[in-house]
Amino acid sequence: MNLRAYILKRLFLSIFVLIGLSIVIFIIARVVPGDPARMALGPRAPQYAVDQLRQEMNLDQPLPTQYYYWVKGVLVGDLGKSLTTKRAVADDVKEFLPATLELAFIAAIFVVIFSIILGTLAAKYRNKWVDTVIRVMAYTGVAVPAFVLAVLFLLLFGYIWPVIPVLGRLSPEIMPPPTITGLITVDSLITGDLSAFWDALKHLILPALALAMGPLFQEARIVRSAMTDNMSKDYLAAAVGYGIPSSVIMRKYLLKPSLIPAVSVMGLDIASLMGNAFLVEVIFNWPGISRYGMEAMLRKDLNAISAVIIVFGVIFVLVNIIVDLIVAYLDPRIRLGGKV
Amino acid sequence: MDNPILDIRDLHVWYRTYGGYAKVLDGVNLFVHKGEKVGLVGEAGCGKTTTMRSVLRILPESQVHTPRGQILYHGQDILQMNQRELHHVRTGGVSMIFQEPAAALNPVFTVGTQITDVIKYSGLSKQEKQKDNIKNLAMQAISEVYIADPERIMNSYPNQLSGGMKQRICIAMAIVTARELLIADEPGTALDVTIQDQVHKLLRGLVEKKGMSLIMITHSLGVAREMTDRIYVMYAGNIVEVAKSGDLFRKPRHPYTLGLLESVPKLTGGGMAEGIYGQIPDYLRPPGGCRFHPRCPRAIARCQEEKPNLADLGDGHQVACFQV
Repeated sequence: MNLRAYILKRLFLSIFVLIGLSIVIFIIARVVPGDPARMALGPRAPQYAVDQLRQEMNLDQPLPTQYYYWVKGVLVGDLGKSLTTKRAVADDVKEFLPATLELAFIAAIFVVIFSIILGTLAAKYRNKWVDTVIRVMAYTGVAVPAFVLAVLFLLLFGYIWPVIPVLGRLSPEIMPPPTITGLITVDSLITGDLSAFWDALKHLILPALALAMGPLFQEARIVRSAMTDNMSKDYLAAAVGYGIPSSVIMRKYLLKPSLIPAVSVMGLDIASLMGNAFLVEVIFNWPGISRYGMEAMLRKDLNAISAVIIVFGVIFVLVNIIVDLIVAYLDPRIRLGGKV
Repeated sequence: MDNPILDIRDLHVWYRTYGGYAKVLDGVNLFVHKGEKVGLVGEAGCGKTTTMRSVLRILPESQVHTPRGQILYHGQDILQMNQRELHHVRTGGVSMIFQEPAAALNPVFTVGTQITDVIKYSGLSKQEKQKDNIKNLAMQAISEVYIADPERIMNSYPNQLSGGMKQRICIAMAIVTARELLIADEPGTALDVTIQDQVHKLLRGLVEKKGMSLIMITHSLGVAREMTDRIYVMYAGNIVEVAKSGDLFRKPRHPYTLGLLESVPKLTGGGMAEGIYGQIPDYLRPPGGCRFHPRCPRAIARCQEEKPNLADLGDGHQVACFQV
């Protein structure tokens, strides 16, 4: 199958995934107890005002009808109004999504780079002290939740040893670049504002690291175990026997086959980073969509919940398609099919 | 006769396991002269592969302990070599073909990448390692193992090739730069019988054409007889009998060799072969004395106490047994 047909097929299939997701989240958001109109207006609002809002939001209609209205809006880019921010949800998404995208992207880079480096080191020095140190770090990294790390980072770098900014996306004295993509790093590069770029990058490091820590060590363990497994394969013994230097064997003949299982898991974890970011966003005062989504859930802000979940769904699907392409690139057995 | 290329002396190799040391090799002696074709025969698990992998030092070093023995390559002990000397042996001295061609080729690199890397890191001069020349050498080696259209094969991944093709590629990789000794570890076992025969013929032809020496590991006496000048019979980490290939079949002396020969089914009737009673010993607790005594029909009290050494019967025929 050629690449274009494959991607088109995957995109076509993912439409059904997203439709399913939208139905599920639509129903769940509506069947949990609590009246969104009442919550939006507060306990002291008169009943007729609540009823009027319910009518405005079509909450008095049966669920399928509500869903019909909602889909009709979504198809023309109207995600409805948010009950909390009193703005169009689409505008909220536009404002909050880039911050989280930026955060998750940097976290993903941390995950990929450090998991491969640490996993390779642990495999190379397996059962030596390097391996033991990385193993202890990994167990800690996986076991300690991101928000605990976030608080620790805050304490360490915000209070004890303030070498790096800890809150927000930019320092107050820096002029934010004009919004083009909404990603401050990209916007500042486009406008050539290097000091803003540098400052934005520094603000990204700690929250991204806190977010990346769990998946990073998880994947480092997978890289290590895949490498140690493959070390006992005949093709490695053969390569050693043919006199291929050990450095070439490690970074070429051993690393590539060992990355295949790691990349698949990395994909899932990276795709989940955005949804998992809300506590990190709260702690680092990061105006992201994950935090927005969580607040929407607490307030039963129906349109906002649906929009955030659908956005996450789209990103999850896209990341997974990309990951499958990377795996196919790494593994000719998947790419070319054929006899196994 | 001149000095052997490879001379394995009293080689002991143990594996570290949770239950203690698995004492697999228990004093292996084996030598190969220039241009000689030698067979190493024995049942599965007797240490044939361990012996040969020790020669290239490709056993997992953290799990292996070599309490005694030497592997002399032109008089220099491979077990004592530093990385540079070892690299020299691996790239210009000895190469190995594995039993399972599907496992011996890296699944995620093209045949071309793998074979050119062998040349690239070999001991050839800088001039010979120019890109065009490397490619030519690789294509030449692939044609030498009778594969048509080497260009296309170079761009293929191993899983696009048949088992026989894969084994030919492995052979090509083993001969792509000059080597003195080729070790073939049951190169036909994983293949169809017809392909197996082709691979064996190809191997013998190449070895003879290039004047290389060959160590052929096999569990099939028939293959050994066809392919080799001399045969070593191995049982549980010991060489029990050595003889010229013809002699071994004409007048086998060791009870184990006799058993092996009897277990080959014959065309002239007699039904199913008898086989040898029992199985290879537990290497964690190998039997004392002669390791074959628990299975030996001719064992005497002495066999349990004392280990027989190889005794010369003349004309290179040697047997390790008290009863001959």
